[in-house]
Amino acid sequence: MSKELIISKIREGIVIDHVPAGRAMVILKILNISGLEGRVALVMNVESSKMGRKDIIKIEGRDLTHDELNLIALISPTATVNRVRNYEVAEKFKVQLPTKVRGIVRCKNPKCITNKPREPITSSFTVIKGGQAVLKCDYCGAYNSLEDVEKQLVSRSG
Amino acid sequence: MVGILINELLDEFEGSLNTWLGMDVISALDWGREELMGLFREAQEMEKHSKSSLSVMNGKIMALAFFEPSTRTRLSFETAMLRLGGRVIDMGSVEASSLAKGENLADTIRMLDSYADLIVIRHELEGAAKFAAEIADAPVINAGDGAQNHPTQAMLDAYTMWREFGRVDGLSIGFMGDLRYARVINSLVQVLSLFDVKLHMISPPSLQPRAELLDFMRGRGMRFEMHDHLEEAVAGLDVLYVVRIQKERFPDPMEYERVRGSFRLTMESLRGARDSLVILHPLPRVDEVDFEVDQTRHARYFKQAALGVPLRMALIKLVLGGVE
Ligand SMILES: [Zn+2]
Repeated sequence: MSKELIISKIREGIVIDHVPAGRAMVILKILNISGLEGRVALVMNVESSKMGRKDIIKIEGRDLTHDELNLIALISPTATVNRVRNYEVAEKFKVQLPTKVRGIVRCKNPKCITNKPREPITSSFTVIKGGQAVLKCDYCGAYNSLEDVEKQLVSRSG
Repeated sequence: MVGILINELLDEFEGSLNTWLGMDVISALDWGREELMGLFREAQEMEKHSKSSLSVMNGKIMALAFFEPSTRTRLSFETAMLRLGGRVIDMGSVEASSLAKGENLADTIRMLDSYADLIVIRHELEGAAKFAAEIADAPVINAGDGAQNHPTQAMLDAYTMWREFGRVDGLSIGFMGDLRYARVINSLVQVLSLFDVKLHMISPPSLQPRAELLDFMRGRGMRFEMHDHLEEAVAGLDVLYVVRIQKERFPDPMEYERVRGSFRLTMESLRGARDSLVILHPLPRVDEVDFEVDQTRHARYFKQAALGVPLRMALIKLVLGGVE
C-alpha cells in the first residue's frame, strides 16, 4: 500500500486519525455518513507506530460538532482530529473524554425516568474514567458501558 | 427545588445551622454524618410526641404523590405530618387521577407544587424524584423511586440501629436476601458508608449486589464480605437485615423454592447468633422471617416500622423549618 493512498489530500474537511483498528465503520455510522454526502476516504487496518494497527477516516466538506467529538471520544478515545482548510491542516487535536454527556445517549435502563415518553427531560451522564470508562446515569445511577453506548449509537443511525 | 441556602432563612437549630432547610431529600448520599446525627437527635425528640400532636406545622400542606402504591410509607408520612399539626393532600390512586387521562409527571408535579409546601413522591421509575425536584420549587422528598433510592427508609433503618446500640460505628451488619433488586439496600449502604461498619452481604449468587453498589463500597473504603450462607456470618453479627426474595426473579420455580428455603430466617438458622443480635426488616414480610422469630429478643422490625413516624416528623420539621 503506497503512502499516497493514505494521505491523499482533501481541500476542506476533517481527518480522524488514530482510530483503533475496526472502529472506523462505527464512527461513520455515528456521523450518519452513508457515502452519498461527498468524498469519503476510509483507510482501515494500517500500520501505526503508536498503535500497531489503526483506521483513518477522511471526510470532505464536513466538520464535527461538539456532541460528535464527544461521541468519538467515547468509542475511540485515542483518536486525533485534523481540521483541513485549503489543503492545509488548520487545527489538530486529540479527542477528550468529556466529564458529562447530555442528551446524545439514551440510558440503557428501561426503568429510568429519562426513558419515559412525553416528559421534558434530557438524559445526563457522568463519565467515570478509568481503564474502561463508563457512563453513570445521573438520574438512575445505572452504568452504561462504552459497549452499550456503541451498540445503541450504531443501531440508531443505521 | 435545587437546594440553595439563603442566609436570612437559616434558622438556628440547637445552636447549629439547619442544613436541611428547604432542601430536597432525593438520595441518601446528599447528607453528611453531622446532618444525619442532627436528624437522629431531632427524631429522638419527636418520639415523645408520636402519640400526641404538635403545632409546628400549622398552616403547612404536604402533598403525597404516590404513583405506585405503598401503604406503609404513605401512612407513615401522612401520620408524621398530622402529628406535627400540618395537613396532607393526596392525589389518590393513579387510576383515579388525571394521570389515567395521560397527564405526564412534569405537569402533575407542577400542579402539586402550586398547592403544597412540600411534595413527597413515590414512583416506579428510577430517577423520578430527582426529575420532580428539578421541576418543583417546593422541596421534594423521595419516598422511593425504582430499585435505587429510598432514602427515608435508609435513614430510618440507621436510626433504629443508633437507637438500639447508641451508636452505628463499630457495628457488624448483615444483609440477607435479594441484594440485587431490593430497593432499600442501595440507600442503606450509602447511609452506612458515613460510619465505620463492617458489612456482610448474604445472598444467592444470582442476587448479589450490583456492580454499581460494589464499586461504591470499594470506592468508599467500606469493609465487606460476601457470603452465600447465613451460617458463615451469623455468629459475628450485631444486626441482621432481611429482605424478601421475589419469585419473579427466578425463571425456574424449583430454583426459587430451593433458594427461598435457604435464605429464610428461622429459629434454627439463628443458632449461634449473639444474644444482642438485632433483626431488622423493611416490612411487609411474607415468609422470609419465620413467625416464631417474632417472639425472640432479636426481633426489632415492628419497632423499626414504628420509628418511621418520629423519623419522618423530624425530617419534615427540618426541611420545612418548623419552630416550636
Ligand atoms: Zn438512567
